Amino acid sequence: MYGLESLWFNIKDGYVDAVVRGHRSGLLTSPDYNNLCQCETLEDIKLNLTSTDYGPYLANEPSPLHTTTIVDRCTEKLVDDWNKMRTNADEPLGQFLDYCTYGHMIDNVVLIVTGTLHERDVHELLDKCHPLGMFDSIATLAVASNMRELYRLVLVDTPLAPYFSESLSAEDLDEMNIEIMRNTLYKAYLDDFAAFCNKLGGTTAEVMGSLLSFEADRRALNITLNSIGTELTRDDRRKLYSNFGLLYPHGHHELAGAEDFDQIRNAMEKCPPYQALFNKLGYGESQMLDKVLYEEEVRRLTDTFEQQFHYGVFYAYMRLREQEIRNLMWISECVAQDQKTRIMDGIVYLF
Amino acid sequence: MSLNGLAQEVFSFQKAAAAPLINWDYLGFLFKNISPYFWSSLGIGLCVGLSVGGAAWGIFITGSSLLGAAIRVPRITSKNLISIIFCEAVAIYGVIVAIILQTKIDYVDKSPTTGLYPIPAMTAGYAIFASGITTGWANLACGVCVGIVGSSAALSDAQNATLFVKILVVEIFGSALGLFGVIIGIIVAGQANFKP
Repeated sequence: MYGLESLWFNIKDGYVDAVVRGHRSGLLTSPDYNNLCQCETLEDIKLNLTSTDYGPYLANEPSPLHTTTIVDRCTEKLVDDWNKMRTNADEPLGQFLDYCTYGHMIDNVVLIVTGTLHERDVHELLDKCHPLGMFDSIATLAVASNMRELYRLVLVDTPLAPYFSESLSAEDLDEMNIEIMRNTLYKAYLDDFAAFCNKLGGTTAEVMGSLLSFEADRRALNITLNSIGTELTRDDRRKLYSNFGLLYPHGHHELAGAEDFDQIRNAMEKCPPYQALFNKLGYGESQMLDKVLYEEEVRRLTDTFEQQFHYGVFYAYMRLREQEIRNLMWISECVAQDQKTRIMDGIVYLF
Repeated sequence: MSLNGLAQEVFSFQKAAAAPLINWDYLGFLFKNISPYFWSSLGIGLCVGLSVGGAAWGIFITGSSLLGAAIRVPRITSKNLISIIFCEAVAIYGVIVAIILQTKIDYVDKSPTTGLYPIPAMTAGYAIFASGITTGWANLACGVCVGIVGSSAALSDAQNATLFVKILVVEIFGSALGLFGVIIGIIVAGQANFKP
């Protein structure tokens, strides 16, 4: 508020802010990753993780270990931290923390609906859902056969309800529609989240503005990449892009018309920050793009801890933990499948 | 004279167009009649109040961060109590200056001819008021400054223990700001003497 957060911020949020900074110091560093990469079995990985924050969560796991167990326990750590912080948070921080988890909620809805379409068991699907995105009525999602029912029966009581108003259609749910639904929801969510952060103002708006525009632009890029060669028209694509970010609106116009990777690259390179990213890729190398984007995201997320008195650190902590869990999953998979030569390809160092 | 009437006399909105906007004679009359004891009490009150406000503000900024950070790294608590003590010192400055100021207050009679307080008493009243607000505002700013730096000190000490001493230096300089107010306050009030 008026650039004077340093005076007021700690009244409500000083404690939780310090707690999340404590959690941040528990994130794995490059020496930790180097040790993990030397591991020969999953038991070694468990042993290496004992001295970290994950120690108590993995301690009582019986052998033989599986990759999924390790990932589940690590996610549990994030969820525990998150719930503790959520309980201690005052408004509007509480609402901010809730906003951070809506993304998982959307993913869960899509997961259940897709699963039901393929006639999978609901309980099996519920186990796969991200625990941060759970809500009470999630198990009943399976009854809906089209989007209108989905909204009317289940989602009207969830925080996601406002995002649905834009995407209601009576069409049956099929693969394509579900993907479009996911992206429309995500677009509405990001727009809403960005508006909320702007309303909070000050350093929060500044820090979150940059993080969310990167997220929005990355989604725009991914949507474009994935829709090449599908029946999605220019206008359909444009409807899925968020209404902010560095690419908005000229970059979106060009992305909407892009037909191959080089055209996307041309559109993206008109933004200086993204030009620097694409310069790291040789021409024709599109498979490394994901990793480059992840690295850029992590760089931006770690930078948020350089400033004090803003909410961006909470979002950043969640995303960094998730990246760390992805790293651990990659390492465990590589170890479990004896693919240790590829182990460095998937790790994004945090610190 | 009723308050309303006085206001009308001083700010002569309702007078003829030729009259000045501010009637300086009446304004002077107003200030001549305010008791110097009012000014000195107001000065002393603001001195303590603002200083304690600054100290309290600083302590809650530092304290809340310190508590949160100490959950993970308990070793920082005793070291970072220094930040709290720095904030507390700001309140003590205020109290000390207030005690010095109140010793200056002395009983004087109104002049039997004019019905006003003697000139030295009025000077003393204004001097104590000026001294009090100088100290008070300086200490308020100082308390907030030390509090914010102290909060950063606690957070950075939790991440990296070698940073503590370096940030402590910053904090000491912030804490010195309040002393400037105290020094000027004491010098200004040094001239004050109710009895000539």
